[in-house]
Amino acid sequence: MKLTLKIWRQKNAAAEGKIVEYPIDHIEPDMSFLEMLDILNDELIMKGDEPVAFDHDCREGICGMCSLYINGEAHGPDRGVTTCQLHMRMFKDGDTIFIEPFRAKAFPVIKDLVVDRSSFDRIQHAGGFISVNTSGNTIDANTIPVNKKDADDAFDAAACIGCGACVATCKNSSAMLFVAAKVSQYALLPQGRIEATDRVLNMVSQMDAEGFGNCTNTGACEVECPKGISLENIARMNREYMSASLKG
Amino acid sequence: MAKSALLKSSIAKKVAMALSGLFLMLFLAQHFFINMTSVFSENTFNSISHFMGNNPLVQFVIQPILIVGVVFHFIMGIVLDFKNRAARPIAYAKNNGAANSSWASRNMIITGLVVLAFIILHFYDFWVPEMVYKYVEVNSLDETRYFHEMTAKFESPVRTGLYCLSFVLLALHLWHGFSSSFQSVGARRVSLGTQKFGYAFAIIIPFGFIFIALFHHFNH
Amino acid sequence: MALDSKIPEGSISDKWTNYKDHINLVNPANKRNLDVIIVGTGLAGGSAAATLAELGYNVKAFCFQDSPRRAHSIAAQGGINAAKNYQGDGDSTFRLFYDTVKGGDYRAREANVHRLAEVSGNIIDQCVAQGVPLAREYGGLLDNRSFGGTLVSRTFYAKGQTGQQLLLGAYSAMNRQIGRGKIKMHNRHEMLDLVIVNGKARGIIARNLVTGEIERHSAHAVVIASGGYGNVFFLSTNAMGSNATAAWKIHKKGAFFANPCYTQIHPTCIPVSGDHQSKLTLMSESLRNDGRIWVPAKLEDAKAIREGKKKPTDLSEAERDYYLERRYPAFGNLVPRDIASRAAKERCDAGFGVNKTGEAVYLDFAAAIQRYGVDQARIKHLDEKDTALVIKLGTEVVANKYGNLFQMYEKIVDENPYSTPMMIYPAVHYTMGGTWVDYNLQTTIPGCFSIGESNFSDHGANRLGASALMQGLADGYFVLPYTIGDYLSPDIKMGAISTDLPEFVAAEKAVKDQIERFMNNKGTHSVDYFHKKLGKIMWDKVGMARNAKGLNEAIVEIAALREEFYKEVKVPGDANGFNQELEKATRVADFLELGELFAKDALHRNESCGGHFREEYQTEEGEAQRDDENFAYVAAWEYTGKPSEAVLHKEPLVFDNVKLVQRSYK
Repeated sequence: MKLTLKIWRQKNAAAEGKIVEYPIDHIEPDMSFLEMLDILNDELIMKGDEPVAFDHDCREGICGMCSLYINGEAHGPDRGVTTCQLHMRMFKDGDTIFIEPFRAKAFPVIKDLVVDRSSFDRIQHAGGFISVNTSGNTIDANTIPVNKKDADDAFDAAACIGCGACVATCKNSSAMLFVAAKVSQYALLPQGRIEATDRVLNMVSQMDAEGFGNCTNTGACEVECPKGISLENIARMNREYMSASLKG
Repeated sequence: MAKSALLKSSIAKKVAMALSGLFLMLFLAQHFFINMTSVFSENTFNSISHFMGNNPLVQFVIQPILIVGVVFHFIMGIVLDFKNRAARPIAYAKNNGAANSSWASRNMIITGLVVLAFIILHFYDFWVPEMVYKYVEVNSLDETRYFHEMTAKFESPVRTGLYCLSFVLLALHLWHGFSSSFQSVGARRVSLGTQKFGYAFAIIIPFGFIFIALFHHFNH
Repeated sequence: MALDSKIPEGSISDKWTNYKDHINLVNPANKRNLDVIIVGTGLAGGSAAATLAELGYNVKAFCFQDSPRRAHSIAAQGGINAAKNYQGDGDSTFRLFYDTVKGGDYRAREANVHRLAEVSGNIIDQCVAQGVPLAREYGGLLDNRSFGGTLVSRTFYAKGQTGQQLLLGAYSAMNRQIGRGKIKMHNRHEMLDLVIVNGKARGIIARNLVTGEIERHSAHAVVIASGGYGNVFFLSTNAMGSNATAAWKIHKKGAFFANPCYTQIHPTCIPVSGDHQSKLTLMSESLRNDGRIWVPAKLEDAKAIREGKKKPTDLSEAERDYYLERRYPAFGNLVPRDIASRAAKERCDAGFGVNKTGEAVYLDFAAAIQRYGVDQARIKHLDEKDTALVIKLGTEVVANKYGNLFQMYEKIVDENPYSTPMMIYPAVHYTMGGTWVDYNLQTTIPGCFSIGESNFSDHGANRLGASALMQGLADGYFVLPYTIGDYLSPDIKMGAISTDLPEFVAAEKAVKDQIERFMNNKGTHSVDYFHKKLGKIMWDKVGMARNAKGLNEAIVEIAALREEFYKEVKVPGDANGFNQELEKATRVADFLELGELFAKDALHRNESCGGHFREEYQTEEGEAQRDDENFAYVAAWEYTGKPSEAVLHKEPLVFDNVKLVQRSYK
C-alpha cells in the first residue's frame, strides 16, 4: 500500500505545531498502525530528520499508553481497539491519513503526538481508592458475598484503561466517562460504598479543576472507548453526585 | 463543600440544564395541545386562550417561572458552550464526529440558538402585543380575539415558512434533548422505551406545530 | 565474597513467623525521617510504594511510563494463585509451595517459596478489600480456575484482565498516598544509575524523559522493581518500553545477577507475521483449559496446509497429532509452559509447522465447542443431534469464557478462531532470572533491594502460570515492608542524605557522558537495527533450545555487535527534551551486555532444567535432564568490567522438604 500521512509535528510544549505531510510506501495490511509509524520513523532517522514522537508501550491494547486521533477518530476507524491493535487492513492503497494528538486543554502536547494525561492521575489521587491499609489484616475475601451482577458491572467499569479516548473524542473534551467508570466500580461494591459520598464529590471537583468540558450526552465516548465502557456509568455518577451533594 | 459544589460543579450545571429542559418540554406539550384545538374549534381555542391570558395564577406565577426557565436554559446553554469550547483550545484538523454521534447531539447550540431566535420572533408576534393590549393600553376583555390574531399571523408565507423551519430545528433539539435530560438527571436506565418516547415527542410536537401553521396558512 | 542467603533457622513453616518476631522495627515517628526510592510501579513496586508510605516512610517512586498504572503487570491476563482452598479440592500452603518448587524444576530457594505460599491468601483478602473486581460465582463468592502444572483450582481471576485489575488495586493504594503527599511520584523518569555512598545504596540518577534533565535523588534505601529483561530478544510479549537498565546498572555497581539463562518461553502466542513485527501478543494460558493443541500427523499434510492447498478443518481426527495429549497423558494440554513450548518447537523443527513460516501449531476449540454444545442442549432440553444447534450453543459458551481473547486474535490475524483453529507459537514472556537477593530481598549491595520479576528468587528455572502476580504482590505488600524496616532501623537518626556528595556528582557525570556519546555519534543505523540483530542472535542461539556451539558463537557475536553499536548507532534529536530514540539507545546498550552474560550463563550450566534446555542434556524421550549433583545451585554473577569476565558465585540449593525427582507430567 502507498499512503499519504498528514502528521502533527510540534517540537515541545511551548512551540507552535503544524501538520506535515509524509508519503509512505510498501505498507502491508498485516502491519499494525504503530508498526507503520515505526517504518516511517526508521526512514526519517536514516534521512537525518527527527522521528515522530508517539506514546506506546504494551502494544496489545491494555496499557492505555497509545493514543492518536486518526482520520478524525480516537484510536482510528476500527471499534473496540486501541491504536496499537488497529491494523493497516482498515485502510486502502492511496488513502490519506490524518494523525493528530489527543486534543484537550487538560491534555497538553509534550511533543508531536505525545500528550500529558497526568490530569487523569490527579483525579484519581482525589478519591480513586478505598481507604484500606495493606497490613494483611483485612477480613477473609469471602466474608462479604457480592451479587454477581454487581461484581460483573463493577468489573466492566473497572475495565477502563485510562487512555483518554473519551476526552479526545468528546466535542467538549469532557472526562465524564473516565471519572464515572472509577466512581461506578467502587459504588457498586460493598467495600467501596463506605466512602462513596466523599469520593464522588472530590473526584468531580478535581475533574472540574483540571479544565475538562461538560458532558452533553452525545455518546461519542462510549462508541470510541476501546473497552466499551457504558454511558450507564455516567448516569450512575450523576445520581451518586446529586445524592452526595444533598447529603453533604 | 457539598452545598457550594451543588451550585458550581459541572454536573450540577448539567442537571440544571436537564431540569429546565424537561420543564420547557412540559410547557411545549401543553402549548401544543392548546394550539391544536384551533384546528378543530375556534371557540375552544378562544376560551382556553382567554383563560391562560387572564387567570392570575397563570399570569403572575406560572408565566414568570416560565420566562425565568427559558432565560436560564438559554444563558446556561450559552455559558456551557463557551466553557466547553475553551476545553479544547486547538481544534482537530480532521474530525469525523458523524462516526460516533448524531448531528443533533453535536449541534445543540445551533438548534438552540435558532429556537431562541424563533422565541424572540414569537414574543414579538404574540406576547408583546398581548402585554401591550392588556397592561399598557388596558383594553377591555375580548374572549373572541385570539383565534383571529393567530390566523392573521399565518397569512404571510414568509413568516409561516420561518415558523416551519424553526420547528424543524426544534425537532432536532428535542431529538437529542429529551433522552439527554434523563441521562443527566441520572435516570437508572435510559431505556429504549424512554428513548423511543423521546424520539416520538421530538417528531410529533414540532411537526404538529408545523401542521397547525400550515393548516391556518392554507385555510384562512 | 561468599553468598549469604540469610535464611532463618527453624522448620520451613516457621521460618517466616520466627523471622518477623525477631527483626528490628522502626517506630512510627522515626519512619518519617527515612526516605525510600522505588524504581518501577508494577505490582511489586506499586504495592511496595503504597505499603511503605502507609507505614510512614517517605517514598519517592519512579516509572518511565506516563502513569504508574501502565506498568506491564497490566498485561497479565489469566490470574493469580492463592492457597485459599475455597474449592475444597485439597489445596494447602504446602501444596502451593510444592507445586511451585516442582514447577520451577527444583531450582528455587525453598524458604522463599514457602513464604510466598504462606502470604498468598492474604493477597486475595487485600485485593478484595481494595475493590478489585475478581470474578464471582452466582452465590456471590469468589470463583477459581485451574492453570498449567497443577491439579487443583487455585487461580483467582478478573476475566482476561487479572493483571490490570490487580495493578489498578495497587495504583489506587498509591493514589491514596500520593494524595496525602507520602509518595512523591516521578512519572516519565528513567533511572540511569545507582549511587553508592560508603558501601550503601543511597540514591539514584534519573533522567526526566520530558525535559531531558538529569536529576539526583537520594534516599536511605533503593528498591528496584523494574521487571524482567525479556526484551533482550527484541520480540517478546513484554511492553516496548520494558527494559533491564535499572537492574543492569545495579549489577554493574555490585549487585550479583542470578541465573540469567532462565527465561520463560510462553507456548501460546500469536505467531510472527513478518519482518515489520514489533512485538508478540500472548494468548492466555487459560485457553489451554479448553483448546487442544495439534499439528498434522503427516508431513505432506503440513506442507499442503503451508502452501494453502489444504485447510486444517479438512483433516480427519486420524490425520491429526495431538502431541501433548500423546506425550503427556496425565496433564495433556495443561503441562507447564516450558514443556508445552519445547514440544511445539520440536514438532515445527521436524517440519510439521502450519503457517507460512512453518512456525505455528494449532490450538483448536472445535472439541470444546462440541462438548459444551451438547451439554447446553441437554440442560435446555433441546435436540443434541442437531449439529448446527450444538455448535451455536457451544460457541456461546466458549465466547462467554474467552470472548475478548478470541476477538483480539481475530483483530490481529484476521481469521475467525471459532470456525478455524487458532495458530500459536511460543514467544519469550518472562524471565525467572534476575538480581540475586537474599531472604530479605536485598541484593549484594547493602540498602539496594530487588522485588518482583527483577529478582531471581521464587520461580526457579520455570514459572508456573498465575504465579508472577502472586510473587509481585507478595514481595511488595507483605515481605519487603518487614525486611526493609530491619535494614533501616540503624539509620533513624541519620537525617536526609545530601545529593551534593561527590558520589552523586560522579554518577551524574558518568550518565551525562554516556548520553553525550550517543548524541555525538554520527552513526549509520537506528537503535532498532541493533536491537533486532541482538534479538535474532538470542532467539536463534540462546532461545528455546541451546547447545555449546551456538552459545559460544552467540557470545562472540554479541560482543562484536556491541562494539558495532557504539560505533555505528545514530541517535537523532536533542538530549535536552523528549527523545524516544535516546531512551531506546540507553536501554539497548544494557541489553547488549546482558545478552552476553545470559549466553555465558547458559553455556556454563551443563544441564537442562525448566526454561533452560541444552540439547546435549536430554532424556531419550527428549525431556529436560537435570544434573542435581553438579548444578543444584543458583549461579550468581559478579560484574568485573566486562560481561565475558563476570565471576561466578554459587549459592547451593538445599531441599529439606521436597524430594528431587525427574519432573514428570506424563
